[in-house]
Amino acid sequence: MNPHNKTSRPQQNSDKYTEFVSRGLGKDLAKRLGLPQPAILRRYSPLAPLVEGPILVVGQGAGADAVATVLLSWHQDVRRHTAPKEKLGAIVVVLDELGHPEQLSAPMLSVAAALRGLNRNARVVSISRQASSTDTPAVAAARNGVDGIVRSLAKELRAGATANGIVLANGIAADAPSAMSALRFFLSGRSAFVDGQFLTASCAGSVTEPDWTKPLTGSVAVVTGAARGIGAAIARTLARDGATVFVVDVPAAGDHLAAVANEIHGTALQLDITSADAGERILEHAISRYGRLDIVVHNAGITRDKLLANMDGAKWDSVIAVNIASQLRMNEVFLASPAFGNNSRIISVASTSGIAGNRGQSNYAASKAGVMGMVWSTAPLLAERGGTVNAVAPGFIETEMTAKIPFATREVARRLNSLQQGGKPGDVAEAIAFFAQPNAAGVTANVLRVCGQNLVGQ
Amino acid sequence: MTNHSAAENQHSVDTKHGAKVASAPTSRAALRKAVVVGGNRIPFARSGGAYSHSSNQDMLTAALDGLVARFGLADEEIGEVAAGAVLKHSRDFNLTREAVLGSALSATTPAYDLQQACATGMEAVIGLSNKIKLGQIDSAIAGGVDSASDAPIAVSEGLRAILLDLNRAKTMGQKAKIISRIRPKDLSPDAPSTGEPRTGLSMGEHQALTTAQWKISREAQDELALASHKNLAAAYDNHFFDDLITPFRGLNRDSNLRADTSMEKLAKLKPAFGKSLGDAATMTAGNSTPLTDGAATVLLASEEWATARDLPILADIVDGEAAAVDFVHGKDGLLMAPAFAVPRLLARNGLTLADFDYFEIHEAFAGTVLSTLAAWEDEEFSKTRLGLDDAFGSIDRTKLNVNGSSLAAGHPFAATGGRLVASLAKMLHERGQVDGRPARGLISVCAAGGQSVVIIMEGR
Repeated sequence: MNPHNKTSRPQQNSDKYTEFVSRGLGKDLAKRLGLPQPAILRRYSPLAPLVEGPILVVGQGAGADAVATVLLSWHQDVRRHTAPKEKLGAIVVVLDELGHPEQLSAPMLSVAAALRGLNRNARVVSISRQASSTDTPAVAAARNGVDGIVRSLAKELRAGATANGIVLANGIAADAPSAMSALRFFLSGRSAFVDGQFLTASCAGSVTEPDWTKPLTGSVAVVTGAARGIGAAIARTLARDGATVFVVDVPAAGDHLAAVANEIHGTALQLDITSADAGERILEHAISRYGRLDIVVHNAGITRDKLLANMDGAKWDSVIAVNIASQLRMNEVFLASPAFGNNSRIISVASTSGIAGNRGQSNYAASKAGVMGMVWSTAPLLAERGGTVNAVAPGFIETEMTAKIPFATREVARRLNSLQQGGKPGDVAEAIAFFAQPNAAGVTANVLRVCGQNLVGQ
Repeated sequence: MTNHSAAENQHSVDTKHGAKVASAPTSRAALRKAVVVGGNRIPFARSGGAYSHSSNQDMLTAALDGLVARFGLADEEIGEVAAGAVLKHSRDFNLTREAVLGSALSATTPAYDLQQACATGMEAVIGLSNKIKLGQIDSAIAGGVDSASDAPIAVSEGLRAILLDLNRAKTMGQKAKIISRIRPKDLSPDAPSTGEPRTGLSMGEHQALTTAQWKISREAQDELALASHKNLAAAYDNHFFDDLITPFRGLNRDSNLRADTSMEKLAKLKPAFGKSLGDAATMTAGNSTPLTDGAATVLLASEEWATARDLPILADIVDGEAAAVDFVHGKDGLLMAPAFAVPRLLARNGLTLADFDYFEIHEAFAGTVLSTLAAWEDEEFSKTRLGLDDAFGSIDRTKLNVNGSSLAAGHPFAATGGRLVASLAKMLHERGQVDGRPARGLISVCAAGGQSVVIIMEGR
């Protein structure tokens, strides 16, 4: 141990290719040969501007005006029309009043005209309404049309730019706090590796304007599986955003866990989450040390990959036990406790394997798709007390685990998304930290993919 | 000679009884309490194993960092940290302070080294507790560390004298003359040993004499060793150590633990100490502690400090006592000082062995524990040496070392005290009330030089 190095972080394997094609000779070469040209993504820092450049708000109705007003209140440089040769940081297209697919034309052609003026790492964000069976066929067609637009545009954009959408439930205003918290997330560097995805604002949420540099101030959070990788990044990110964080992992990972806890001025709780009293022990730690529990991040997970034809009971059962059964049991304990108060948050880490399936991961996909089912069904239980439950589904993330994938396989896996690169643990953490925000109170029952718009699944 | 020293010893015991018992209640009642918040240690490793390339400073820093993480003390200033090592490099003159500086604690946390052989950790707990009781500090970390793997090796005395002379020489001629004094035998290094300087006997050979003196059977020693392994293994299985240990260098459990050992396996081992006793030799590698590497820490505090930080309070440090025997000229064995320290401490506190729910008697060797118990049960010894009217007493063996002790966990000399205090504090806290009083525990640790430090603790 180096006494001068108080905290040690595990080395993540860097994406040398992305670095190579980002400048000089490598950039020229990739261009000439038609090779993928992944961009260095703009990632969040509390000190960085929300977006780099003016924000164009497209849309004619009251919703668009209201959204523009909110952006102004955030001290953004807002445009309602493009100026010639002006570079834009983002386009927000407000489509909350669509009645027919024919009405998509005008706003989308305005967006089209502005696309060539986008800066690197720009953002396009749509705000539209949820299509449902109670809509007239024309309204539903128009609303669902936005889905196709955003997912296609995300694949078209280059240079680190992304396209994502906010879907408003019926009766939710375009500038509802929940929708605006999602907008802020999509515009910021927090969503660097989120592309072609939607967040649903199902209720209005709170109207408090937090300290945006430390939006989680005063909250108490627990992160499981936090000794390394994505879990450690989640703990660091929640702490950076102002939360008091305690971290949980199996006793065997205790030394890495202690390093994370000390780095973020939190506490370490060595605990196997599959033990019958795991929920009680987490709650006891939270109450005795911090007086309450606000944010639960279920990150701990394992893989025991085998083709189903070769699967054995131990491999199947251990994955189910750790990845989903433990979460169900712990949630029951948390939900029954008054210490898990109003405005509480549960955020689970799912996986794109749970959405699209993955050969050799039937057990893992069962557990991760199971997590999504749990999220949908738990949402109404938490809504009663003003809480939310959401999941984040990471795609290919550069961790110690994915560093062990053979080179060629890893290199292919990295490029199979619209951003043509792997994400970082911090990208997953940023999405989780967003769901944890008080202002995201109306954003529940979402499964948000953090995958750079991976080509498989939705 | 022996009669004379026995009489002296008896006299001093009587004096101490009289003086301390009379004065204790009033003077100590005025003091505030010192409590155990919790502890952390790294798993203990047999020497030459997982921690072969870890220094004392590495291990103590790791143990501190685990403690900091458990109780959220990053960048906190602690009142004082006291720890030490028995096998210590001369460069580590400020070992504990250096470990603090390398840890996540605030760099403004003062620290000092102390050393009382195997009782180092115990003495650190008593000294710091006393400072807390006196109001000099509000929080403290007591600890200890030892590495038999990374032990200091010194140059021979002859070479050392030559090198010092060389340093003082002024001219090239003087230097050449001094260098020419070096002889091949001067170049052989001087490794540390566990031998007693005044007798030349190793600790094991000393204990072998004591074990024979008290007629402790091989079977009884092996039974104690077996219980130690079984109890430690069960404690791990019950997750007892989940909040007492933080892994280090890939080790999650004490590497000396043999959960599958048995009386048959232990019986097969050949005697390792007391071979000169012939057939009467009973001490083997199985019923003796191995050389071990490791570190342990304990967080102590005033009640106010712990409460203000919403930290747990596991137990009170009630009282402590040190004792020593004249093992060079007297008739007591090297490791028999606890036989004197415990009766004194209990008398001062108005307690008997029957008033305790747990006994932690450090297993330097199985023979040490059993010789001590035998002495307490011996009427003659109790009358003539302890100055009592009757046998001091026996203990309920189901209360002894219930989560294993040094025979199974190993014994990194200075770290053992921290291990014992933290474990007992947790056991007492979990036990809660017994017959309307707090659960009570006794720790007894013997040490080189014929010494001993013992502590009474009560659960919260």
